[in-house]
Amino acid sequence: MRCRSAYPAVALLAIAQLSVAAAAEMPPGASSCSGCHAVSTGVETPVPGLIGRPAADITTAMEQFRAGQRPATVMDRIAKGFSQAEAAAIAAWYAAQ
Amino acid sequence: MTTRRRFLHGSLGLCAVFTVRFARAQASPRVVVIGGGFAGASCARALKRFDRRIAVTLVERDAMFTACPFSNEVVAGLRELRAQEFRLDKLAGDGIELARQEATGIDPQARAVALADGARLSYDRLIVAPGIDLRWGALPGYDEAAAEGMPHAWKAGAQTLLLRRQLEAMEDGGLVVISVPANPYRCPPGPYERASLIAHYLKAKKPHSKLIILDAKDAFSKQKLFQNAWVELYPGLIEWVSLSAGGKVTSVDAKARSLATDFQVYKPAVANVIPPQKAGQIAELGGIVDRTGWCPIDPVTFESSAQPSIHVIGDAAIAGAMPKSAFAANAQAKVCAAAVAALLAGAAPQSPKVINTCYSLVAPDYGISVAAVYTPTNGQLAEVAGSSGVSPTDAPSSVRTAEAKIADGWFRTITTEAFG
Repeated sequence: MRCRSAYPAVALLAIAQLSVAAAAEMPPGASSCSGCHAVSTGVETPVPGLIGRPAADITTAMEQFRAGQRPATVMDRIAKGFSQAEAAAIAAWYAAQ
Repeated sequence: MTTRRRFLHGSLGLCAVFTVRFARAQASPRVVVIGGGFAGASCARALKRFDRRIAVTLVERDAMFTACPFSNEVVAGLRELRAQEFRLDKLAGDGIELARQEATGIDPQARAVALADGARLSYDRLIVAPGIDLRWGALPGYDEAAAEGMPHAWKAGAQTLLLRRQLEAMEDGGLVVISVPANPYRCPPGPYERASLIAHYLKAKKPHSKLIILDAKDAFSKQKLFQNAWVELYPGLIEWVSLSAGGKVTSVDAKARSLATDFQVYKPAVANVIPPQKAGQIAELGGIVDRTGWCPIDPVTFESSAQPSIHVIGDAAIAGAMPKSAFAANAQAKVCAAAVAALLAGAAPQSPKVINTCYSLVAPDYGISVAAVYTPTNGQLAEVAGSSGVSPTDAPSSVRTAEAKIADGWFRTITTEAFG
């Protein structure tokens, strides 16, 4: 908090950077998901959205896809491209949106 | 207050760094994006989303983008062209400046883009997303005039409708030939999806007709899935002639509407010539193409290997093992936007993972897919081991139907993200 109280201008600059901080925090792979998993509401698609979904739901699904224990079309393949830790980071990011 | 505190807490570590860098930086970094397709539009939007302070200008000559994915359905009479058309107006609502001009040059030293009306746009970072241009003349006899009689339909729009009209005008029993180039080209499975959907049309409307694919390759994307489906759905209708079976077209004669291979001259009723391709012309003018005609890039930032501060995304880029697809263009756009936002803020871009998923329809209710995850490996975007694969060959019809529905949903989703 010293940053904010001692240097108000610095805090303002930092606030302006909120969105960049968010981008930087977007874990590897997360930005690709929205090609299929709609971020906007009202898109007619059978693919479920990820925004605001509990992180545990996403990580469980990814583990089951990876293990071939969940019916899948492309997610059984895509899940194999991510470690458990990477999938957990993506899940946490979407859960927080 | 809670939000602010949480945010400040998260940003404390960055405070000092940003203070110094932003004191030097100008208030509003400028990014120019050339090209309003899947790559360019997605990138412009992602840049604004990641950092609203970035002044983003999108340079695009056309008010409307006509999407290629699903345009094979238009060719086969299953869909209207207007379902492929997307206005760029809504990007202006996101605070993106639209320059309705053709980019005519890039000056990497001055960091400026020249426009057709004589204006110049300065940039701190430039994103080049021009898609493909056709290599007129690379296939002897095939130039712009020839395309009016033997359409390529590889850029969606008037050419798509021309091919459709020719198929509609053809008599039952006619021969359709599709000529396919060697790799790389836009949408690797596209020619085979097109053959499938044209066969779907012929089977219903002109069942005595035949379709021959003359290929400059010996293997193609989702090959087994396509070939199995052809036997199942269109027996005897589609013939694929591989490179080693003499399938490479070596010249065409537009007046005679004929295509020649080393072994034979074909004289079809309808000839669809998909010619060799290269990065859109502005990439060549900007000096960012290599001898192949495509743009080499850094796999982390998509920055050109030839010119600093210029990034290339989508079909024009040499993105390692990634195919030239709309999904890849959109995914690359978001990774590139994050990297550019980080670079402009003086931060280090993170090494990405980028996904590609590509659906093809072999019939309106029969979809197949290929998917993979890519990451920078030894300076190239390479597949993550185990992540790459196509739909199972032995899947029940419910899976094919589901993939066709998901393909449709994907198109709605990606076009909403880019243009909606």
